[in-house]
Amino acid sequence: MSQSRKAVALISGGLDSMLAAKTIMDQGIHVEGINFFTGFCVEGHTHAIRKQDSDKVKRNNALWVAEQLGIKLHIIDIIDEYKQVLLNPKHGYGANLNPCLDCKIFMVNKAKQWMQQNDFDFIITGEVVGQRPMSQRKMTMPIVAAESGADDLLVRPLSAQNLPATLPEREGWITRAKLFGFSGRSRKPQMTLASQLGFTDYAQPAGGCCFLTDASYSKKLVDLWQARGKRDYELDDVMLLKVGRHIRPSKNFKLIIAREDGEAQFMSGYKKQFISMNCASHRGPLVLIDGAPDENDLQLAARITARYGQGRDAEQVDVTIRDHNGNERNTTVKPLHGDDIPETWFV
Amino acid sequence: MRHTTLNARRLLCPLPVIRTQDKIKTLDTGDVLTVECTDPGVMHDIPAWCRVNGHTVLETRTENGEYIVVVAVG
Repeated sequence: MSQSRKAVALISGGLDSMLAAKTIMDQGIHVEGINFFTGFCVEGHTHAIRKQDSDKVKRNNALWVAEQLGIKLHIIDIIDEYKQVLLNPKHGYGANLNPCLDCKIFMVNKAKQWMQQNDFDFIITGEVVGQRPMSQRKMTMPIVAAESGADDLLVRPLSAQNLPATLPEREGWITRAKLFGFSGRSRKPQMTLASQLGFTDYAQPAGGCCFLTDASYSKKLVDLWQARGKRDYELDDVMLLKVGRHIRPSKNFKLIIAREDGEAQFMSGYKKQFISMNCASHRGPLVLIDGAPDENDLQLAARITARYGQGRDAEQVDVTIRDHNGNERNTTVKPLHGDDIPETWFV
Repeated sequence: MRHTTLNARRLLCPLPVIRTQDKIKTLDTGDVLTVECTDPGVMHDIPAWCRVNGHTVLETRTENGEYIVVVAVG
């Protein structure tokens, strides 16, 4: 065993990657963490936006794990490159728009590039055979190793004994007998190991960390592509799909209606990019209009905006319409009754 | 020793952390970086990132609804 060997660990912030890194560190290997930001990460964002979540701890779990392990963490922005993974996944999607297998291959490949650039020796992941239905199956784990180009430099310490020996094991950099043979969806072995290693606090095991696994979010993304006539997105699109109530009366425009003050505050940063509305005569939410509405569309949007304010039962509500340049005008509308908003308009 | 300012307004974590990390790569030990943000999450995340990567947070403060983190490059 060599003290000089170095490994880069993919740190998601969950339990498995923490245990995998710790297992290798305990064999005397220098480990540093790497964490990728796709734009679809659940981590932090909704807590940061939504005021009702303000009592929750806003820690970044990947950073927190790095602190617990006492290792450096490198956070990599892969927002632009990730588009090709999401838009054209070679291995297809999971239950929603989650390209889990392609995502894992992509991230391991990025880790391999980082490893080479920084003169590290091998890669660690917290993958467990049979843990996930798409990316962590017995038959897909060799695909990740092969298609990422990591090949036998990819070590999965928690499942290593179920897999062929990797180069670090064969060369004696690490001891195979000290690795594990976990498999299946049960979390008990990981929890037992966590307890043995003294970890009592960790993020929800195997929790969803990606908005693309969420049916509602995926539906909004498909709606956005259909409305624009092309499968593409920018970071702002990704962010705005995480907030508000989305109502699309027609293909050429939709409303994004803030549900609470935290969302309104976040959305107000987009006033220069969207037409926006709010009730002038009553309290009500901030509304962004995405698309290219005509005057009739704006009147309908104003009626919907009024419906979500405190004047919803009033005969008339004044609504302020604001263009991209901040020019404002008021219109007086009768709030749309809730029953008059078809279910199909809700994205 | 240089003093540099980074505008990370309107970015949500972890993007302000990533921008801080990328900026620090261009600086030298002892340089001071002031990061200006609007996401309150930076008050926790940038100090955490600094702790694991060997940099020192000199100050965190709120100013006109914004969040300011001052970092000495380690």
